[in-house]
Amino acid sequence: MNLRRTAAIARKESIQILRDVRSLLIVVSMPAMLMLLMGYGISLDQKHVPVCFFDRDSSQESRDLLNRFRFSKYFGFVTATPTYRALVSAVDSGRCSLGLVIPNDFAERMREGGTVALGGIVDATDDNTANVVFTYAESVIADFSQSVELNYLERAGLKNAVGTLAIEPRVWFNESLESRNFIVPGVVALVMAVIGAFLASLTIAREWERGTMEQLISTPVKPLEVTLGKLLPYFAVGMGDTVICILVAVFWFKVPMRGSWPTLITASMMFLLTVLMLGFWISAATRSQLLASQFSLLATLLPSFLLSGFGFLIAQTPAVVRAMSYLVPARYYVLLLKDIFLKGAGMASEMWLLVALGLFAAFISFVAMRSFHKTLQ
Amino acid sequence: MADQQRSVSVSNLVKRFGSFVAVDHITFEARAGEVFGFLGPNGSGKSTTIRILCGLLRPTSGEAYVAGLSVAAQPELIRRRIGYMSQKFSLYNDLTVVENVRFFAGMYNVAGDELRRRLAWVLEMAGLAGREHSLTATLSGGWKQRLALGCAILHRPPIVFLDEPTSGVDPLARRRFWELIQQLRSDGVTVFVTTHYMDEAEYCNRLALIHRGRLIALGTPAQLKQSALSGDLLLVEAIPLGTALEVIRRLPTVRDAAVFGNALHVVVSDVESGGERLLGELTARGLAGVRIQRIQPGLEDAFVALTGQKRENKEVIDPKSL
Repeated sequence: MNLRRTAAIARKESIQILRDVRSLLIVVSMPAMLMLLMGYGISLDQKHVPVCFFDRDSSQESRDLLNRFRFSKYFGFVTATPTYRALVSAVDSGRCSLGLVIPNDFAERMREGGTVALGGIVDATDDNTANVVFTYAESVIADFSQSVELNYLERAGLKNAVGTLAIEPRVWFNESLESRNFIVPGVVALVMAVIGAFLASLTIAREWERGTMEQLISTPVKPLEVTLGKLLPYFAVGMGDTVICILVAVFWFKVPMRGSWPTLITASMMFLLTVLMLGFWISAATRSQLLASQFSLLATLLPSFLLSGFGFLIAQTPAVVRAMSYLVPARYYVLLLKDIFLKGAGMASEMWLLVALGLFAAFISFVAMRSFHKTLQ
Repeated sequence: MADQQRSVSVSNLVKRFGSFVAVDHITFEARAGEVFGFLGPNGSGKSTTIRILCGLLRPTSGEAYVAGLSVAAQPELIRRRIGYMSQKFSLYNDLTVVENVRFFAGMYNVAGDELRRRLAWVLEMAGLAGREHSLTATLSGGWKQRLALGCAILHRPPIVFLDEPTSGVDPLARRRFWELIQQLRSDGVTVFVTTHYMDEAEYCNRLALIHRGRLIALGTPAQLKQSALSGDLLLVEAIPLGTALEVIRRLPTVRDAAVFGNALHVVVSDVESGGERLLGELTARGLAGVRIQRIQPGLEDAFVALTGQKRENKEVIDPKSL
């Protein structure tokens, strides 16, 4: 491999990138824009969940319970419905996410010291939301139960009674339970995958379309030199973009960055190499800018969104889909990002993921280089 | 440099694209230090042949040797010893003149003092001194063409392949370009050029006429012009020309007749009797402005004659007989 030829290609490519003002603008502004768009636009939190209730008891106790819902930070307005059917239709229509049915012997059963079952209706077409809402409701009710018991014990003469078992949830890694904290790292991966592959996918195809590739392959230059020479400037640009994304994540969205920066940079470099080489491969294989850009979007946006653990938990997907997710490089990068940002991970603990990502990078680089032929056919 | 290292030899070269035969058993040799022309209409297989010789396409069968190296076996070594100017003068439009030169210099490992010398030479040769920092996109046809030639020979290759180098360029620039080619030849470079301009073909030392993938004639321009026609050539003017053509075609002594501009080129077996007969016939039919003159055949006449013969006899003129 000849360094002078590689350097000449890298220099030419850099000049072309800098002179193409439109692409440059996209490259610089796109990552920040996408980060802001998706960081704000996507939230899995449920705050101020609207609740409807059908209170058949209308006792002091039932009103107490409902007040707890009102004052909980998880739930929003709490409205009454006159009939059971009205409650169901309220949940159906989406006016409430949770419907509570309080039986008419609610207060009576509680005074007797027994257990009471409340009815809860949740719209489970969105499985995730339904689970979350139910969990919130259960915690409010558990709180209520406990304070009822304590009251009872106090009145029975036991001062300073405490609950037998207090469960205090302690959340690790994402204390504020902000879904943003685990979404934003995923957005970084998504943005890098799309932009990286897209940019790289245009370069080789463009030269074929313009005819300069024919001239280039008549020279002694080797495929490795062409690929490496073209890679270098795009790699620099890509790393710049990654830094922008990370800065937006840390300083704008205030995602905590607890892990080691070297590990983050290493992981990012390997992922970037993978998506750039993917773009090159598509470019060399299609020799058409239009086809290449479409394919690269397809190959990065969809898998990264669906199968990387970014939007949907992989563990919740069917086994076949889970198996497929192992083939998506973004999966490993998203895990790495979350681990590094939120769990404070470093090289040692992430070694397997880094190795996996490294293998991907090596494999796709090899395929990309082999796909570049110095012939017209 | 040894002669073999500056020559191109091709034997029974075939290139098929699916069922279409683009190059049909072509055999020729371009000798060291000559300007060898490949002449033929568009789609005749010229570009395909040149691309095979430069290693850009793999031949279907046959053999080709450039600078003594096999095109099929050692294309990479060949690339170091040749210069290639593709049909679209593929320069990078978003690079400046100097940046393009430096880039191709990098490709051919031309550096340091040699780079400085070659850069100065390209600028002077192309007339671009003072415009080194203009974007290549702003250059018009002739400048781009000369710049592309310069970029193709920075490394002083002994063999240069030019694929339709003067297409889309004004006649003055074309003339200037051919002067450059002659200069190359005087430096001992072998120049292999394809063209469809008959007048340019006259500048070549030897020519190969290509028609539908086949080599139909090979020789110096003079040889081709002399031997292609199976008779003598007459220039015939008459009004109306169309009627004259019809009349002439029916005469038995006429071998071929075709319109050339405002007149007819007519091939007769014998100029004296044939010419008089013609004059008689045309005047008898009442055509006006009849003028008949013997002329020397040009390459176009040769080409038309050869392709016409080929149509009739389905025979290829043996290159060795020329």
